[in-house]
Amino acid sequence: MTELLSLSVLALMFCLSLGLVRILLGPGAGNRMLATQLIGTAGVGTLLLLGSLLEQPALYDVALILALLAAVAAAAFTGVREGGDG
Amino acid sequence: MNSTSLLVFDVLLLVSILSLAWASLATRDARNSVILFMAFGLVLAVAWSRLMAPDVALAEAAIGSGLSGALLLAAVYRSRGQQPAAQQQSTGEHNTSAATVAARWAVTLLSAAVAGVLAWALLHASGSAPHDTLPLAIAANLDASGVSNPVTAVLLNFRAYDTLLELAVLLTAVLGIFALGPAAAGYRPAGPVFAGLTRWLVPLLILAAGYLLWAGAHAPGGAFQAGATLAAAGVVLRLAGRQHIGLPAGGTLRVLIAAGAGVFLTVGLVLFMTGRPFLGYPTAWAGTLILLIESAAMLAIAATLVLAFVGGRPQAAGTPAHTAGAKPVPGNPGKE
Amino acid sequence: MADILAAILILAGLFFYLAGSIGLLRLPDLYSRLHALTKADNLGLGLLVAGLAVHAQDLLTALKLVLIWLAVLAASAASSHLIAQHAHRQEAED
Repeated sequence: MTELLSLSVLALMFCLSLGLVRILLGPGAGNRMLATQLIGTAGVGTLLLLGSLLEQPALYDVALILALLAAVAAAAFTGVREGGDG
Repeated sequence: MNSTSLLVFDVLLLVSILSLAWASLATRDARNSVILFMAFGLVLAVAWSRLMAPDVALAEAAIGSGLSGALLLAAVYRSRGQQPAAQQQSTGEHNTSAATVAARWAVTLLSAAVAGVLAWALLHASGSAPHDTLPLAIAANLDASGVSNPVTAVLLNFRAYDTLLELAVLLTAVLGIFALGPAAAGYRPAGPVFAGLTRWLVPLLILAAGYLLWAGAHAPGGAFQAGATLAAAGVVLRLAGRQHIGLPAGGTLRVLIAAGAGVFLTVGLVLFMTGRPFLGYPTAWAGTLILLIESAAMLAIAATLVLAFVGGRPQAAGTPAHTAGAKPVPGNPGKE
Repeated sequence: MADILAAILILAGLFFYLAGSIGLLRLPDLYSRLHALTKADNLGLGLLVAGLAVHAQDLLTALKLVLIWLAVLAASAASSHLIAQHAHRQEAED
């Protein structure tokens, strides 16, 4: 089981790196924001797996906060100021 | 986790962190830079977790990604609004005035110096014999500290004076924010999807903040992480165009912010006057006092961070939106 | 027995994660990428959470994991909509 968890952590880090490619390439802010969402979700998955692997339940809390704050980041990106140009 | 997978994991993490940091600084467009910085914060939170530092990971996840990103994006919008359109075209090109070049060199040399000092410290530490004196000392005194989380024990008990001064620094920052004058206009009211997100996200953030505050005594958490999470709730409300973003009206707000350092100071002085050392908690009361101080600190930190995002003195509910150059509305003390 | 079930769930979750990430790179434009990424990633996370919950064999931990998944689910749904709406608005202005 621990080997599977280790390999899973590696697989998720690999997914995160794929998101990196998009965030560096992606034309425009929308693509980059999308890649940030991937990094957020892959990060949450990595933290959950690490929490189980290293037996640190505190990492589940970190995963929760990460998930919520990634939503805040997306909201900040799309907020339109009053009388502003977005 | 066996050493090869750990190594590959670490390498992937390092490559991600370095490339995101580099790209964030190398991008011309300010908004792309901020988005890359937000992603950098997310990856850094994973890195802290891998280094077995969940308290720092919590703080990084709360402050380093969402809140800093929101703050920087607001700053980017504001600076764009102040530049005429023609000038905005040329911000993508190199600005080659002598002052800018000198400033860039100064920042580069300073960063290199800091990195050099850190590298020297790391090499020195890994080269010498392991010193376990600090962890042993903390472990020996943990029972008398009133909490069972060593990080909280250090922050709120053994090195409480430093935390008190940090809260005073935050208070000073709020004074600076207030000095900027009334806050600019807010955001447009949210559409249905965003409003729906707000409806569950804000209560969950508040709940999470309370949980982190409580858990800080025995698990990773504490006042700073809780305060940042609470601030995120206020930031979401502001982004959704709400008038009420959780900050109390004028006078109460000032008391709330001052109470962060104030409660801490009061506890210390009361203990001092009863004959104990300043901030020397009696063992039986230590846990309760720490919780009291952390609660006040959480509220103050949250208010400070929300004010930093608002970017000025918050307006009272009901006053019309304030545009730059118009006369300020005569003070209508908050009816929020 | 529980371990085998957990292993299957985790592997299935990884498959969907990888599918979503590859979609992010290969699909032609922003909207299709959003579509693929949000659906695949959240399903992957759900399966991952299910596997970890089975592995944990502790009700409180399992509930916390499910809460995290639900929060990510709702947040991703709203975030992807907001990003798409923003991009659409930008295109309309050009």
